[in-house]
Amino acid sequence: MNFKRAYAVYLRYLFIMRGNPQRFFNIFVWAIMDIVLWGFITKYFNALGGPAFNLVTTLMGAVILWAFLVRAQQGVSTPALEDTWTHNHINYFASPLSVGEYTLGLVFSSVITSLIGLVFVAVLAGLLFGVNVLILGFSLLPFLLILFLFGIALGIMAIALILRFGPSAEWIIWPIPALIEPFCGVLYPVSVLPGWMQAISKVLPPTYVFAGMRALLTGGQFSVQELVAGFVLSIAFLLLAYVLFEYIFRYAVRYGLIARFGAEGS
Amino acid sequence: MTNVLDVRDLRKTYGDTTAVDGISFAVGRNEIVGLLGPNGAGKTTTINMVLQILEPTSGLITIDGISAQGNRSTVLSRTNFAAVYAELPGNLTVRQNLRIFGLIYNVSSLSHRIEEVLDMFDLQKFGHTRCGLLSSGEQTRVALAKAILNKPKLLLLDEPTASLDPSSASIIREHIQSFAHGGESGVLWTSHNMHEVEDVCDRVLFLSHGKILLEGDPKILPAAHGKKDLEELFITVAREPLSLEND
Repeated sequence: MNFKRAYAVYLRYLFIMRGNPQRFFNIFVWAIMDIVLWGFITKYFNALGGPAFNLVTTLMGAVILWAFLVRAQQGVSTPALEDTWTHNHINYFASPLSVGEYTLGLVFSSVITSLIGLVFVAVLAGLLFGVNVLILGFSLLPFLLILFLFGIALGIMAIALILRFGPSAEWIIWPIPALIEPFCGVLYPVSVLPGWMQAISKVLPPTYVFAGMRALLTGGQFSVQELVAGFVLSIAFLLLAYVLFEYIFRYAVRYGLIARFGAEGS
Repeated sequence: MTNVLDVRDLRKTYGDTTAVDGISFAVGRNEIVGLLGPNGAGKTTTINMVLQILEPTSGLITIDGISAQGNRSTVLSRTNFAAVYAELPGNLTVRQNLRIFGLIYNVSSLSHRIEEVLDMFDLQKFGHTRCGLLSSGEQTRVALAKAILNKPKLLLLDEPTASLDPSSASIIREHIQSFAHGGESGVLWTSHNMHEVEDVCDRVLFLSHGKILLEGDPKILPAAHGKKDLEELFITVAREPLSLEND
């Protein structure tokens, strides 16, 4: 592992962001929309339900944490898509850059974009709706770690799809978080889901984060064991994603998909 | 001294289609070898296999004395390339692109080396210009600057002068000749410009249907096969390869 090469991949994304301020739009605008939309929805629900239960912190906390996961995933997949759009994969993979170094460079990019996004939405939610994510205390750190690892795993799977299907993979990658969200119990407990959906929920690490968060905010029982399960699952997803990426890379080299990238290998 | 490139029995098949059919050749130090042939002959497939972005079905590739198999990063750090189908990202400036690839190829004294290649290819005035805003000829010069940034032992050039005007192409040829003959490097060069090939290459390989049909000095090869020049020989390779196989 040569960290200088991984740094080069990160530096490329930094140069792109620095030279094109409009790229920050993707980090901030969706987060603003989520906060504003859910902030007013929860305020409205609170007004309907009376003072018995304050939805604002529970739902807004969930929205903030989910936005963090999405940013972590896009922090990996968006720079990889940038390489697709500029036909840069051939330059990268015909160089000494290894798959591991490329992945690490994208993870560096994700750390930056997801942290910027997290701080921004947390401050915005605090200013607009009085939400304080720090109310979660030290639990916030393992929650964020699990979501970050799972987001990175989704991002790495996205790169594998890009190598396998070419530029058209973009249309599969953008909806990935939205496809997973209903199973993770982000805005509701998974107990309201039908049995088959609950079965899928159990293998998704964010399920344990959002269950833990709701338990903390509503004064219920917080299970450390479930949090550990979420962490183990997120590591498993990360390893699985990396193995998949390595496999797809070898497949792409065997069948010439990198060399014929624009043709969108079938 | 070892060759910079040794290719032995290299083959690539896609199902029933054979793109490269068991070719063997070498590129020596200080040597420029032209890889010639009509479209679809297997030139780019061969280059892609040397660059490790396409796995051979069988055969061996050795770069600077090191087997490519299992040593991808090591052999590619001694290699570089420029190809018409591999332009540098257009949304970064020339200097940004050179810095990124300089880091990837672990170039020592990178800032100094970037200035050297910018001077060499007359790119100083475009240093802070995004590559996508450059003309195709200027982009080619940037790609060549990137290609020699790490002073590669093996330089692969796939039609490097295709989009250059005759004056720029001549300057580029001089730079590449001086690069190949001045150090310990070798160059594998594809081109459809036979006058250029005759001028630049020390040796040529004619590929047809994935096989090496002819090999030799471009200045004497045409006469040896009863042709007036390299272009006429090329046309024969493209249209009547069997007539040469029987020579």
